[in-house]
Amino acid sequence: MQPGLNLKAALLSALLLLLLVGVWQLATLPAGGAAPAAQAMTAEEIEYAKLLGKDPGGESGGSAKAGFPTPLQFGGKVVEHLAEPFYDNGPNDKGIGLQLGYSLARVGLGFALAALVAIPLGFAIGMSPLLYRALDPFIQVLKPISPLAWMPLALYTIKDSSISGIFVIFICSVWPMLINTAFGVASVRRDWLNVAKTLEVSPLRKAFEVILPAAAPTILTGMRISMGIAWLVIVAAEMLVGGTGIGYFVWNEWNNLSLANVVFAILVIGVVGMLLDLMFARAQKAVTYVD
Amino acid sequence: MSTEAPFLQIQGLAKTYPGAAEPVFDGINFGIAKGEFVCIIGHSGCGKTTILNVLAGLEQASEGHVFMDKREVAGPSLERGVVFQGHALMPWLTVRRNIAFAVRSKWPDWSAAQVDAQVEKYVAMVGLGAAIDKKPSQLSGGMKQRVGIARAFAIEPKMLLLDEPFGALDALTRGTIQDELLRICAEAHQTVFMITHDVDEAILLADTILLMSNGPQARVAEIVRNPLPRSRERATLHHEPLFYAVRNHLVDFLVSRSKTLSHGKAPTHPPEVRPGVEPEPEPAPATPRAALHRVA
Repeated sequence: MQPGLNLKAALLSALLLLLLVGVWQLATLPAGGAAPAAQAMTAEEIEYAKLLGKDPGGESGGSAKAGFPTPLQFGGKVVEHLAEPFYDNGPNDKGIGLQLGYSLARVGLGFALAALVAIPLGFAIGMSPLLYRALDPFIQVLKPISPLAWMPLALYTIKDSSISGIFVIFICSVWPMLINTAFGVASVRRDWLNVAKTLEVSPLRKAFEVILPAAAPTILTGMRISMGIAWLVIVAAEMLVGGTGIGYFVWNEWNNLSLANVVFAILVIGVVGMLLDLMFARAQKAVTYVD
Repeated sequence: MSTEAPFLQIQGLAKTYPGAAEPVFDGINFGIAKGEFVCIIGHSGCGKTTILNVLAGLEQASEGHVFMDKREVAGPSLERGVVFQGHALMPWLTVRRNIAFAVRSKWPDWSAAQVDAQVEKYVAMVGLGAAIDKKPSQLSGGMKQRVGIARAFAIEPKMLLLDEPFGALDALTRGTIQDELLRICAEAHQTVFMITHDVDEAILLADTILLMSNGPQARVAEIVRNPLPRSRERATLHHEPLFYAVRNHLVDFLVSRSKTLSHGKAPTHPPEVRPGVEPEPEPAPATPRAALHRVA
């Protein structure tokens, strides 16, 4: 039953993809009207059109070069990128792998710092009702702020665009982890804590051997949400600060009017985001227990 | 039983929850001798679990003192093992590691091999050797409760506290585990304090049955010394000549007398009773006893 269903689903997915590519192909067919018009133009008119960014006499067919790529052109671009993902020809021309590396490093660093702060603090908040109430107003106000709103402050105080990007990732990752950790720790079953109490377990052992494993599924859910948000935010942050990273790559290729590169980058962002999520899903599964 | 210095002594215990006009219970006095199996019976809300939690050190009483071995109980201790109502096993650990957690708490200096030997001994005692490396979720309710009992025994406590350990089990499983508990406690000469709602369970297991009047202001109204021989068994329990005398006495108390003794009308120093052996201290009000007879 199950394999049959999987096969059907895969077939349907493939069909949808084919349909999508078909529509794309149809939509980007070279427009028939533009080419013959070039013959009718005078030399000055052609020159003028070229100045406007149009290429009336272009051999590659009407919309091809600067406009939306056909699936075939896109495929060529993908092969080109994947063949040499790590080249570095100066600040505005780096391989996609290299750009991705910059983004992943920023996300990793910001996320790790956030985990370092959020998980111990969440533990403290979850264990102490006093701390919970005292910090709750701060969390409630700070949580809904778009991480990019911090960017000017970060740039002013840190005075380094790359570190500001990391800070933005930190600030957006910290809330879901903090809240989930606090919630997970606060809702550890009374019974397990009583067991630890009657066994005169030391506070450190209680934290690591009872509370942490009990709250781990909730904490990992928070980390998974955080990672999802961080990956969303890094693209926007890099578009703002520029320099390196996949977000900057998208913006740069938009400025180059290379839509094929933009589409490719979008695809890469999606795939990497999926892989990151998958990683956390695995980790989540590993710490989940059946009660 | 010697009344001089019992192993566990409860004096004038009372608990009033904040905002409540009347205490849940007060004037609780009783003692437990070493090696004695004591069951406490009473209606819901009379504070049985609170008393057990105070003995365990998990809750503070509003008044009164508890002494174990002439030392005051002031918090949780490894000297008192607790079997919780809902087994309270950690679902992310296997049976082996659940019990090892307790063993390592009691003897932090033990080597891994020593811990493992202790764990295996007590898992075998409750007959779960085959399931030692399973997670609690793979066990039935009865098996989980057995693990809970093994965990409490594995730290070799001076006293065992059981909070209605078989409440959630079906009758057949309950019977088997009762037999096991009886055997294990007899072998280890374990001192036990157990909460139950089941009259037959109390008669089977307990040497002494404490009857609590209803709350608020509940008290231990009577201390019933079980006149049945210690060699009693579940299979032949209802053939014991005194079985129905004890059973009727307990049921009468729970059905009619416990109500009339609430609000502090029960004595603070409860009388000892041996149903069927000594004449009852006060004739129970006429109740249709025959109607209460059920097949045990």
